[in-house]
Amino acid sequence: MAKKQYAFYPGCSSQKKASADNFLRSIDVVCQKLDVQLNEIPDWNCCGASIGYGEGGELPRLVISARNLALAEKNLPGQDMVSVCPACWLATREAGERLHESDSLLAEANEALREAGLDLKNEVKSRHFVEVLIEDVGFEVMQQQVVKPLEGLKLAGYVGCQTNRPFGIVGESFENPRYLDKMVEMVGAQPMETYDQKVTCCGGALAFSEPEKSQKQIRDIVESAYDHGADMIVTPCQLCQANVEIYQSEINKKQGTRFNMPVVYYTQLMTIAYGGSATEAGLDGQFIRAEKLEKLAGK
Amino acid sequence: MSDANNRALGAYRSNFLKEVEANVEEGHWVKMCMQCGVCAGSCPLGPHWQHSPQKIFMMIRAGKRDEVLTSDSMWMCTSCYNCIVRCPRKLPITHIMHGLANYAHRLGLAPKGQPTREIAKLFWDNLVKTGRVNELKFSLAMYFKDGFGQGIKNAMAMQGVGLGLVKAKRLNPLELLGGHGCKDKAGIHKMVAKAREIEDRRKGLA
Ligand code: SF4
Ligand code: SF4
Repeated sequence: MAKKQYAFYPGCSSQKKASADNFLRSIDVVCQKLDVQLNEIPDWNCCGASIGYGEGGELPRLVISARNLALAEKNLPGQDMVSVCPACWLATREAGERLHESDSLLAEANEALREAGLDLKNEVKSRHFVEVLIEDVGFEVMQQQVVKPLEGLKLAGYVGCQTNRPFGIVGESFENPRYLDKMVEMVGAQPMETYDQKVTCCGGALAFSEPEKSQKQIRDIVESAYDHGADMIVTPCQLCQANVEIYQSEINKKQGTRFNMPVVYYTQLMTIAYGGSATEAGLDGQFIRAEKLEKLAGK
Repeated sequence: MSDANNRALGAYRSNFLKEVEANVEEGHWVKMCMQCGVCAGSCPLGPHWQHSPQKIFMMIRAGKRDEVLTSDSMWMCTSCYNCIVRCPRKLPITHIMHGLANYAHRLGLAPKGQPTREIAKLFWDNLVKTGRVNELKFSLAMYFKDGFGQGIKNAMAMQGVGLGLVKAKRLNPLELLGGHGCKDKAGIHKMVAKAREIEDRRKGLA
């Protein structure tokens, strides 16, 4: 099978030795198995996340995303741009669309881009890795690669905000998306279909600036996973993963709870189900160890 | 008060809606709000919003400039996009909240010491410097934003988290000595400065 080629935008948290380093390792395995090739965009820059608005304003924020689009256009022509981070995807797709809608904004963006020796035609499509998996590869092909079904593993599928809104995955509802549960089924595990916190906000960047307020969100997300009898939470989002995993110990300290709920990425599940090792899946990068998944990997 | 604020007051005297339409990101949408209230129940940190987005749109139309621009509310936005997908009139509410917060910040009217305002500035400065966000420098800057003593306390409180991440190879101590960054830093600096110059000129902020 010819490899499918994409212009890859890893983003700040999924670089080597950054907070989602382990995510990246599992993505590599999944791509190899599914004949997907991610070609890193040379010299890509930060997307500004959502919080960039405070100081960045409108045009500077659009322009930093425009630079990434322009670099993809120039260096990897004809390839869709793929992000694994919802914030990166959102910022880039939003910028592309906003610059499409307004010729004057596009002209202004290009005036700024010229300072960096670039020019944007704005022809690149910005997509999320989940879209590539579902739309270009498909559930059937993804399932064919499963050699070690994750039998007995119960997973609360936590989609979060930005993978799901405002764009989301085509054909899915904003309030009750199903694809993550379908992915859980695909790897032979059991989805908690009535997990009511699946699209609750983890607080995003406000987990830093408003920790008390955001930790209430995180508490709901974890508590409901326990209520549903889940062994772990699975998510497609780096910020969701980090916030929900890392702050459990803080919540325990302050509120006397005894949370210890692992939070993994869908690609880590796929890596194990595809026969990869715990290290290949990046399970050594968990803050709260995903012991049941490690055990399955060792079988 | 800042010069930009005086200029805006002069240019749009008693017509705050016009000012918002001209100077706030996606501000031209505000007049489309039909006050249905759907967005008001959508914010994750809802109880902490003194004025919901719905109310803010009403206040803009009523010309309550000071109350809107000095409000803490827009800074409670987590960028969850609940409102955008629910609004029957398709207002880009998230962006209007961000736009209002940024405008208030640039005019010097946003609440001083507002924590999200502060980290937003830290984040942007960190990103523009090297083109990529250095997670370690960003967290340290966050801890120390309230001064050295408080910074040590904050860092100690989160020490378990930091060490855990280092151990899990998800935070690299060497980042402090440089770490991730783009090659064309000079180009990025010039590009961002140009974008800011264009926008400031357009919005009367320069
Ligand atoms: S949901 Fe839309 S129309 Fe309804 S109050 Fe909010 S902004 Fe206005
Ligand atoms: S994006 Fe912001 S304004 Fe909209 S619902 Fe979420 S927190 Fe509220």
